[in-house]
Amino acid sequence: MINDGKFGKYGGIFVPELLIPALEELEKAFLKYKDDEKFNQELDYYLKEFAGRPTALYYARNLSEKLGCKIYLKREDMLHTGAHKINNTIGQGLLAKYMGKTRLIAETGAGQHGIATAVVGSLLGIPVEVYMGSNDVERQKLNVLRMELSGAKVLPVDAGSRTLKDAINDAFRDWTSSVEHTHYLIGTTMGPHPYPTMVKHFQSVIGREARAEILEKEGELPDAVIACVGGGSNSIGIFSGFVDDEAVELIGVEGGGDGIKTPRTGATLCKGTEGVLHGSFSYVLQNNDGQISEAYSVSAGLDYPGVGPEHAYLHSSGRANYVAVTDKEALRGFELLSKYEGIIPALESSHAVAYMEKYAKMPENKGKTIVVNLSGRGDKDMFLVASELGVDV
Amino acid sequence: MNTKEVESYQEMFARVKSKNEGAFIPFIVAGDPDFDTSLEIVKTFVENGADALEIGFAFSDPVADGPTVQDSDLRALKSGMTTKRGFEFVKKIREFTSIPIGLLVYYNLIYKMGVDQFYEAAFESGVNAILAADLPPEESDDAIRASKEYGVQQIFMAAQTTSNERLEKISKLCDGFLYVVAVMGVTGARGNLQTSSVDLIKRVRSHTDLPLSVGFGISKPEHVASVISAGADGAIVASAILDLVTENLENKKKMLDEIGSFCCDLKEATRK
Repeated sequence: MINDGKFGKYGGIFVPELLIPALEELEKAFLKYKDDEKFNQELDYYLKEFAGRPTALYYARNLSEKLGCKIYLKREDMLHTGAHKINNTIGQGLLAKYMGKTRLIAETGAGQHGIATAVVGSLLGIPVEVYMGSNDVERQKLNVLRMELSGAKVLPVDAGSRTLKDAINDAFRDWTSSVEHTHYLIGTTMGPHPYPTMVKHFQSVIGREARAEILEKEGELPDAVIACVGGGSNSIGIFSGFVDDEAVELIGVEGGGDGIKTPRTGATLCKGTEGVLHGSFSYVLQNNDGQISEAYSVSAGLDYPGVGPEHAYLHSSGRANYVAVTDKEALRGFELLSKYEGIIPALESSHAVAYMEKYAKMPENKGKTIVVNLSGRGDKDMFLVASELGVDV
Repeated sequence: MNTKEVESYQEMFARVKSKNEGAFIPFIVAGDPDFDTSLEIVKTFVENGADALEIGFAFSDPVADGPTVQDSDLRALKSGMTTKRGFEFVKKIREFTSIPIGLLVYYNLIYKMGVDQFYEAAFESGVNAILAADLPPEESDDAIRASKEYGVQQIFMAAQTTSNERLEKISKLCDGFLYVVAVMGVTGARGNLQTSSVDLIKRVRSHTDLPLSVGFGISKPEHVASVISAGADGAIVASAILDLVTENLENKKKMLDEIGSFCCDLKEATRK
């Protein structure tokens, strides 16, 4: 490898030997094309014309008045397929095409990354197969249909907890036997090098836009940037625009589930410890023996026992602050934004909204300017939210 | 059994070679389906011709392994296996055999226990070598240091995708034997051995004098014969044996009988 893929001591390439040459090939291609004019022109074209960039930085007037802060929402929920995931899938899909790969595989939990990969496969004419835990297949039938309508094949995974972690295991196994012609399109900033760096690169468009937009609207940088963290791609994307501005507080919000003192949680940085999972050294939810625990969150996108290694670095260096929000609080965030702004957020993003409310209510934060990354929209979660609220639909 | 009585890989490969044979190396996950039964399985291996042993420590997310080994891992974890119990398991094996023992693990188990503590415990329990399936040379400085400090050999893998340049590098770091991954993919029994496996063995052979043990997909006596005749020094058989465990969970005697007879056939196939 040309780089070691480390963020401080985190990251790296903890994979079986068979995959090393594929990662070397991918790193080489990424380093070549990320600065290639033709590649970037094509990427910009699709981001603008297909995905719908740039997204707005919306001033949430009603919530701002209610909470006594200036609250801005980075509207990644307005993108095609309904979430920030499309930024990365267009980037990696295009890279795979430039590399001559003829098949894409992906893993998905709730289905957003699966759908984003499926439509990009459809756009670029590359067949897509998506691994999905069989429990998630059952819970997210509508998203399975959406993937299939875009021509992707959904492969249910029956092993282990039958959720995202097991889908990732099976995608890695597939890739091990198909590296010559297949690109594994990882959906978040986890995995072996170069994935965390590459996914950050393709998501950094969020941070670049948000920084320019807030400067245009306010004439100065915000006091805080808040984003939810599962694997960590939307948060790394927006943090990347502000990470060098020491005065901007960066806050990552994890899926607390039933609470971090209970076993049912997805808050890897708040509750986990250092370890190696899915190709990199980061924080993981694990027992004293190093066996990986099953994560839990009401939001399938935050239901992952690992986290991208750059977040582990930002956590350990103190540059970013990581907090957890429970399912209950996230549902309140969901209702809050829907009621006051007419924007129904994804359950993932609802965690960031919920923490934003807590943050704004702290007396020391009165009057501050806050940017919340609204990573996706909540259409996909309506059935789940209805059942949590006891409504029959 | 003190360490002087433990046979080294070097001694074992020389012993086998002097008889014009290849080494037969069966694999089991420690504690699958339970501690005592897997110990009896290891006894059956030894009684039926095993020249060395590969012992897996169960991991919840074994990405280099197929469904057979994963099921074994999950059964072992369910039966209460831990890293500490794994080392107790090796100690029990050392009560009845001196043949080399290699551990197959995932790196998180080593990291979580502490690299030094893990290698020290490995040495003390009678382990000869450690292979971490997800630890390539790039990430192994600490493991190599500990392997030297505690006298446990560090094994690495060579695969079909490994370039010749990389092969030279891996051979230099590897100690004891080189684990040659026969197939493109994860562990699991396969009907036919790919011709590319034989080509790989020949290619690796031309780059190193280390003994070569070939694993992944070796599931029939004819596979064993073909890798040995292609120049490998040993054949590692895992999933095909674990399949016999899975198929006979309700009948332990039948399980051990079938494993014993299968091992006899596999050992026989190493004889040139």
